[in-house]
This record gives sequence, structure tokens and C-alpha cells, in this order.
Amino acid sequence: MSAVVLVSIVMSVVGVSTPILLAALGELVAEKSGVLNLGVEGMMLIGAVAGFAVTYATGSPWLGVVAAAGCATLASLMFGYLTLSLTSNQVATGLALTIFGISISSLAGESFVGLTVPIFGPVFPAALAQDPMLRLVFGHSPIVYFSLAMTAAVWWFLARSRGGLILRAVGENDHSAHSIGYSVIAVRYAAVAFGGAMAGIAGSFYSMVLTPMWAEQLTAGRGWIALALVVFAVWRPGRLLAGAYLFGLVMTLELQSKAAGFALVPPEFMAALPYLATIAVLALISVRRTGASAAPACLGRPFKPAT
Amino acid sequence: MRVSLEKRKELSRSMLYLTPVIAVALTMLTGAIIFTLIGYDGVAAVWEIFVHPLTDSNRWQDLGVKAAPLIIIATGLSFGFRANVWNIGAEGQYVMGALAGTGVALVTWEMSGPWILPAMLAAGVMGGMGWAAVPALLRTRLGVNEILTTLMLTYVAIQVLYFLMNGPWKDPMGFGFPQTRMFTADQLLPIAVPGTIVHLGVPIALVVALAAWIVMGRTVFGFRIRTVGRAPQAARYAGFDANATVWATLMIGGGLAGLAGVLEAAGPFGQMTPQFPAGYGFTAIIVAFLGRLNPLGIVLAGIVLAVTYVGGETAQTRLGLPDAAAGLFQAMTLFFLLATDVLVRYRIRLARPEGAAA
Repeated sequence: MSAVVLVSIVMSVVGVSTPILLAALGELVAEKSGVLNLGVEGMMLIGAVAGFAVTYATGSPWLGVVAAAGCATLASLMFGYLTLSLTSNQVATGLALTIFGISISSLAGESFVGLTVPIFGPVFPAALAQDPMLRLVFGHSPIVYFSLAMTAAVWWFLARSRGGLILRAVGENDHSAHSIGYSVIAVRYAAVAFGGAMAGIAGSFYSMVLTPMWAEQLTAGRGWIALALVVFAVWRPGRLLAGAYLFGLVMTLELQSKAAGFALVPPEFMAALPYLATIAVLALISVRRTGASAAPACLGRPFKPAT
Repeated sequence: MRVSLEKRKELSRSMLYLTPVIAVALTMLTGAIIFTLIGYDGVAAVWEIFVHPLTDSNRWQDLGVKAAPLIIIATGLSFGFRANVWNIGAEGQYVMGALAGTGVALVTWEMSGPWILPAMLAAGVMGGMGWAAVPALLRTRLGVNEILTTLMLTYVAIQVLYFLMNGPWKDPMGFGFPQTRMFTADQLLPIAVPGTIVHLGVPIALVVALAAWIVMGRTVFGFRIRTVGRAPQAARYAGFDANATVWATLMIGGGLAGLAGVLEAAGPFGQMTPQFPAGYGFTAIIVAFLGRLNPLGIVLAGIVLAVTYVGGETAQTRLGLPDAAAGLFQAMTLFFLLATDVLVRYRIRLARPEGAAA
């Protein structure tokens, strides 16, 4: 296989991996604070349509990404209000958010079907970005670099910062965190909002970078892959990065083998593989029961202070 | 003025039954406003989606056919939800049930006899149970959270469907379309009400709900389920086996989702196609909540959601409303229900801030 073909395959793996990495980073932070938001797919679609609409109206993809993050954050705050302030069931509320996102995005995007938007200009000079080999490093969308920077930032925040320590405390033992004076609800609101913003940017990657053209439900269920990825990575940002690219590789092979009409294993098996791998990882971490790497103890549990 | 929540000592029964009505009313109101804002006749849209299917007797048969799978799946899920077992993968169990029934149909394709359809239905139940057995095993043996496993397995089930449609089960005479043969007369559900499309699945749904209502309210098993959910410590003290409850509720949920799947395959579809998963397994979660996890409430809730499906379709042809409208109404219904749910568990207190003028 020639190096140029290899480079183009790697480029498409990066494209497939980036949005699931972004969405999963946001969900990871939310889950670390103890909130299970199953609305990722819905928030991604809201981000996708908002980003597309604003880019279409203003001609600026940067404004589009900001709008995507903003609108998805609003949606996540709606989820936050129901689950945190009104202590509603997180599973049901998250599913409602997904159904809401799917329908509101196809409703709002009705008049955009088939339209295209301007894409991001290259970050680096054309000599680097269009070189057949160097584009591997320099030829990506700015969102790709953003996703890598955010991975490092989330890792640093959770592992090294005071804020991250508080967030983990809230996710591991909400009542203790509350009794030493931290506002569990405020921390969770912030984590949920971050999850929303990241899911929104992830969604806009589909409508503004991968295919800068609007189509209904163009995220194609990748929000669920992102949810699986968080578990697959046992709630660790470093493994999340590796897992996102592993999932991206599997999904690229699936798409390639479908396009080529030939495969050693059926493409459906490849499509199911991330989910099967996630179930396997869930079983494995339960067998080992290593306290530190397992799920946040308060995941999915509503919090209502006694007083 | 400050709004604060005060926990009720007991759940408010009147609010329990009132909030679904409030939620639907708020959905209609908000829906009318939204559709007016985006340039449609909002009131007509709400009328078309929420009222017209009920007033037009020609549409009642559609309501029954749409409501039946929702009622069957939601009834099954209600057992788990009551016992805090969160099976959110009914969609996958529904698909696997349908596939198991289809497998029997393909094997018996050249046979005839009245035993074929019952065999298909039994296979459907088993298929759904088998798919739900994986999360049950993982939860009871290893303590793996069933929310994630049931959800993941849904997407695996859909890929199993695609695989079978594209390869082994593809109709050899189907011009290359990825779907199975049409089922034979002995494999199709009989029509229950002559001259309509109301098939046997509709009375089955009512029987399932009635049976579940009796089991839930009148048997020791039902009492156990309710105790495990409401007072887990009391349940442990009483010696109720937690693992047995997980198994029982997942088998009921999976089995009924599988039954709904095979009824849908042998009923309206009459074959298996990749378009089979239409999200009923997820909508059924809304139905279960809207019906207050009570089988009789679920029958009503199933009809309400069926109304939005049927109304959504007619609104599409009569008002040019996008097909996403029904989904929007369904999501709003669940949002409003979850929001007003707070009234069941808490009393709203309006307290003036201290020092404010009276």
C-alpha cells in the first residue's frame, strides 16, 4: 500500500474519530460529576443544525461553532434543570433530550436540506497543509486540533486541578462533598453545560467539516458510540483519546469495506464491534473491581440535600 | 418571592394521576405556540395531531394497531422500572424477538398448519428474553450496570438485523432488496375485527396489560417488585432475593418486547425488513412513564402516543407539517411529565425572603 493511500486512510480515521472524541470528553466530565446524560445524540444534532444555520447566515464557520456550542449548552441546561433542580430521572430525561434533539433538528433544518456552507480555512500555510505527507500533521480542520487540546485540558483539569478534585468528589460522594460546603448542584450544572457545549461542537463537525451539507440525522447514532466510548475508556481522558481513534479506525474500515463491497468480516460486525467491546470492558472492570477505575459512585443518582 | 421544594411524606396520589394530564395539556399549548412561531397554523397543527385521530372513526383502527406494540413493551418495562431495573434496550429485544419469530417463519415457509403462528410467537418471546438475559447475567454475576448494557445491545441487535437482511435471510426472489420473503397465510396474524386492519396483536395487548395489572397489584410477586423499588432495605430485610428480581423483571421486559416484535413482524409488516426498528422500544419508555408504570395507565398512555403517531401522519398530508412534528410532541410530553413529576414528590412552597415588606 502506497504511503499516500495510507495518509488518506489516516486522515479519514481522524475525521471519524474527532467528533466522538469531543462528545465523549464532554460526557466524561458530566459523568465524573455523577450525571448520566443519555441526550448526547440529541445535543449533537442541535449543535449540528445550529452551527449550520449560523454559518449559512453569516458565512463564518467560527460563529457557527460558537452557536453550535451555545445552543447545545442551552439544551443541556434544560436537561440539567429537570434532573438537578427538579430531581427527575436522568435516564428518562436524557432519552427525552435525544428524541427532542432528533425532531427539533430535522424541523429546524427542513429548509437547509441539500444546502452547503463555507468550510474552515486551513490553519497552517498551504505548503504544509496540502503536502501529500505533511498534511498528516498540518492538514486538519481547526476542530481536530481543538479536540486534542481539550483532551489534554480535561486530563489536566481532572487529575491536577483543584476544581477537578471537587468535581470528582461530587461524583464519588455527593453527600460528603455537600457537607464540607461544596455546592453539588452547581458543580453538576457546570459539568452538564460543558458536556452540552462539547456535544454541540461535535455535532457541528458533521454538518460543517465532514460533509458541509445539511441532511436529517447526519450524526447517524454516533452519540451512542460516544456514550459507549466513555465507558470503554473507564472514565479516563487518556484512554478516551486512544479509544476514540480505535473506534474511528473500526468505523473507517467498516465504511471502506462497505464501499469496496468486500470484507473479511461482515461490515455489520464491524459496526457492532464498538458496542460489543464496550460491554466486554464493562464486564472486565467489574471482574477486577479496581475501585479507582470503575464508574463514578454517584453516577445517575439524583441529589437532594437533607436540609 | 422564593420558590422552594418541600418533600412530601407520602407521594401525592392526586398529583400522580393529574400530572400526565397536565403534561399533555402543556405539550399541546407549547406545541401550538412553537408551530405558530415557525409559520404554521399552530392551533390546527395541535388539533390535527392530538384530537383529530380521536374524532375521526376511520382512524381508530390505526390507533389500535399503533398502540398495541407500545402497550405491550411498556407493560413489560414497567415491572423493571418499578424495581429500579433500568432496561432501556427494549428496542433491541423487540428486534431480536421479531428476528426469532422470522427465523421460525423461514424454516416453516413450505409447511402449513395452525401450530406455526403460535410457534413463531413463542420464539419471539424467547428471542426477547434471550437478548435481555445478557444484561441480566452481567448484572447478577458481575454487577454490571444494566442501563449501559441494554442500550449497547440495542445497537448490536440492529446490526444483527442488517446482517441477516443483507445476507443469509435475503429473499432469493426479492430483486436484491435486503428483506425476507413475505410470510405465508399460516404465518400472518389473523385480523381480529373483520373489515379493518385491527389484527390479533391488539386484543393480545389488552390481555397482556390486564394480566400485568393483576400480577402487579394482586400477587406476592407484584408486591415484591414494588417493595424492591420503593424500599430496597425493607426488601432485603424481608429476604427478597435481589438477583431474582433483576432476572424476573428483565425476562418480563425482554419477553414482552420480543412478543411485540414478532406481532409487528407477523402483523403490519408481514415480513422482515431493515426498516423494522422504528423506535417503539424507546417510545415505550415514554408510555411507561406517562402511564405511571401502571398497566391500565399504560393502555391510556399507549393510546395517547399512538394518537401523536397517527395524527403526525395525517398532519403531514393535510397541513404539510414535517414528519418530525410527532417526535417533537412526544419529547415535549415526556419533558413536561418529568418536570411536573416534582409535584408528586414535593410540595411547592412560595416563601417571601426574610425582611421583605409584607
